[in-house]
Amino acid sequence: MQIISQILFLLALVAGIWFFTRNVKRLIRNIKLGKEIDRTDRSGERWVKMSRIALGQSKMVKRPIAGILHVIVYVGFIIINIEVLEIIIDGLFGTHRILSFMGGFYNFLIGSFEILALLVFIGVIIFWTRRNISNIYRFLSRELKGWPKNDANYILYFEMVLMLLFLVMNATDYQLQLNGVAHYSQEAGVVGAFPVSQFLLPIFDGMANATLIIIERAAWWLHILGILIFLNYLYYSKHLHILLAFPNVYYSKLQPKGEMDNLEAVTNEVKLMMDPDADPFAAPAEDEGDAAEPEKFGASDVMDLNRVQLLNAYTCTECGRCTSECPANLTGKKLSPRKIMMDTRDRVEEIGEIINKNGKFEDDGKQLLDDYILREELWACTTCNACVEACPIGIDPLSIILDMRRYLVMEESAAPNELGISMTNIENNGAPWPYNQQDRLNWANEN
Amino acid sequence: MAEALKVPTMAEYMAEGKKPEVLFWVGCAGSFDDRAKKITKAFVKLLHNAGVDFAVLGTEESCTGDPAKRAGNEFLFQMQAATNIEVLNGYEIKKIVTACPHCFNTIKNEYPALGGNYEVVHHTQFLKSLLEEGRLKVEGGKFKGKRITFHDPCYLGRGNGEYEAPRDLLRKLEVELIEMKKCKSEGLCCGAGGGQMFKEPEPGNKDVNIERTEQALEVKPEVIAAGCPFCNTMMTDGVKSKNQEDDIAVMDVAELIASAEDL
Repeated sequence: MQIISQILFLLALVAGIWFFTRNVKRLIRNIKLGKEIDRTDRSGERWVKMSRIALGQSKMVKRPIAGILHVIVYVGFIIINIEVLEIIIDGLFGTHRILSFMGGFYNFLIGSFEILALLVFIGVIIFWTRRNISNIYRFLSRELKGWPKNDANYILYFEMVLMLLFLVMNATDYQLQLNGVAHYSQEAGVVGAFPVSQFLLPIFDGMANATLIIIERAAWWLHILGILIFLNYLYYSKHLHILLAFPNVYYSKLQPKGEMDNLEAVTNEVKLMMDPDADPFAAPAEDEGDAAEPEKFGASDVMDLNRVQLLNAYTCTECGRCTSECPANLTGKKLSPRKIMMDTRDRVEEIGEIINKNGKFEDDGKQLLDDYILREELWACTTCNACVEACPIGIDPLSIILDMRRYLVMEESAAPNELGISMTNIENNGAPWPYNQQDRLNWANEN
Repeated sequence: MAEALKVPTMAEYMAEGKKPEVLFWVGCAGSFDDRAKKITKAFVKLLHNAGVDFAVLGTEESCTGDPAKRAGNEFLFQMQAATNIEVLNGYEIKKIVTACPHCFNTIKNEYPALGGNYEVVHHTQFLKSLLEEGRLKVEGGKFKGKRITFHDPCYLGRGNGEYEAPRDLLRKLEVELIEMKKCKSEGLCCGAGGGQMFKEPEPGNKDVNIERTEQALEVKPEVIAAGCPFCNTMMTDGVKSKNQEDDIAVMDVAELIASAEDL
C-alpha cells in the first residue's frame, strides 16, 4: 500500500515538473520572438537593483496597504515552500516529517510556517475583498473584465485553499501524534510546533484514528497536488510574476527614465544623408546578402519589439498601479499602460499558439497595432514616465508606446494632423511653431 | 525697461576669440512663446546679476528634436540632433544650461550617443550652484512667507531624478513651500509632453492640465511655481479655466528669484 502511494507521488511529481518545463521552454521561445537587445552591461548595478526591487519589494510598499499585505503573502509563500522540500522527501520515501531530526529548530520552522500560513490566509482574504467589494479604481478598468478578473480570483482561491490544507494537515498530524498512532508518533515525542493548527483540534475531537488518517492524508495529498497544479497554472496566468519579476528587474533600463533609445538604423541613414562623400547611387555592399531588406522602423507587431519588452509583458501581474498614475487614463482617455502590456502578452501568446500548431509562424492577418492596441491609445500618451515609475517590478510600457508611434510616423506617416504640422515646422524652420529661425534671438531686443 | 538685454552670441564670442563659461540653450519655447520669453529674460538677468560669462547660439540654435522623437519621428529627431551637434561641437561647447527640461533631457541623455558630449544642467540646478558658490544672492524678498507649490516637470523630476534643486531655490526665498498630494516622483504630468503640446487631446472627460491644476488648487497656493515653459503654459491655462488668474500666479522659479530681487 505504502509503495503504491510512493509510486503515485513520483508520477505526479514527474508529470508536474515535465509540464512545467515544457511551459518554460515555450515561454523562452516566445520571448525570443522579440529582437535581441543587450542589457548585460553594469551587472553589479543590475544585481543591486534586483535585490532591492524584486527581492526587497521596495516599490511595493509605496502603497502601504497593498504593499504590506503583499510582503506578507510573498514572505509567507517563499518560507512556507521550504516545507515543500520535506513533503517531497516524505512522499518519495514514505517517511514522516523527515526533517524533524533537527529538533528545536524544526519546531521553530513548523511553528513559523503556521503563523505565516495564517497571515497569508488573512492577507489573501483582504486582497479578495479589495478586488471584489471595495471600489478601487485600478481594479475596475475595462481591460480587467472577464478572464483577467477570474484569473486574479482563482489565484486568491488557490492560495486560500493551500493554506487551509496546510493547517488541516498539520492539525490532524498533531492529533495523530498525540494519539500515538504508528508512523506518526515518534520516540522523541511530538515533533513540530502547531501554534495555529492546535486551535483546529476541537473540530477533530472524538474522531477515530482511521478517520483522522484519511483526513490527514487527503489534506497532505491535496496540498502537494495543489502546489504542482499551481506551478503549472503560472504560465497561463498573470501570476507568472512570482518567477519573472526577478529577471525582469535585472534586465530593466538603468539609464535615466527620460532617456529614450536612439534607433541605430536611423542613425546610419542620417549619417549617410549628411556625408558629403556618400554615393547615393552606390550598389548595396555584397556582404549584406539576405539582410538587404531595409529594417522596419518601429513596431506594429510583437516581433518588432525587443525581448525585454516581451519579458515585461509576461511579467505584468496586472496590478494597475501604472494605469492609476497615467495622466491620460485619469482624465478618461482610452490609454491604459496596463492594457498595453496585457495586449502585448495576448498577442505573443496568440503567435505562440500558431507556432505550437504549425511548427512555425504563419501570418494570421492580425497584428498588435489596431487588432489589439488602438492608435487612439498610443496618441494619448504624454511620455511622462508615471507608469514606469509606478511599476513595482520594472516594466516599461512607455517603450512599447514609443516604438509603436515610431511605426505609425515613420512607416505610415500617420501622425495626428496637428502633430504632423509641428513636425513639418521643425523640419522647415527649426521650431515646432511656424517661426523663422532667423527670428530666434528677437526676444533679446523686445521689451 | 527701455534698454535691451545684453545677450552675447557664440558667433560674437568666436569672432573675439573668447569662450564663455556656459552656453545658454534657450529652446524654441523660450525663443518664441510670449510667456516663455519672460522666463528667458528673467534667467538672463540672473546670469548677468551673478556675473556669469555666457552666450547663446541665437539664430544658429534649432529645435533639439524632443517633440519629434517622442511623437515617433526618430528620423527628424536625429536630423535635428546631427545639425545641432555639429554647431555645438564647432564651437567646442563644454557646458550647457537650459530653462527647458525637454531640451535638458534630450541634450544630456540622447545626444551623447550621437556624438554630442556636454555637461548639461537645468537652470534650477545652475542657479543653485551659483548660490552655493556665493555668486548669486537670494534671500526672502517679496515672496517671503507666501504659499507656493512646485509642479515637477516630468523630464526634470521623474525623467532625470532632480526634485530638490528647484525646491532648494524656493526655500532660499523663504516661501512657505507646500507640496501637492502628487509630487516629486509621483507628480502628475501637466499634459504637454510627448508631443501633446502640439495636438488636440484624445477624447476623454477632462484635460490633463485641468486635473493637475485642481490638484494644485487643493493646497491653496498663492503661486504655482514651475520649471518648464510647457508646464507653465499648461498650468496658466488651467488656472484661467478656473477663473483664478487674479489670485494665483504661475511663475517659473527663475522669475520668482528675479522678481524677488527686483531685477
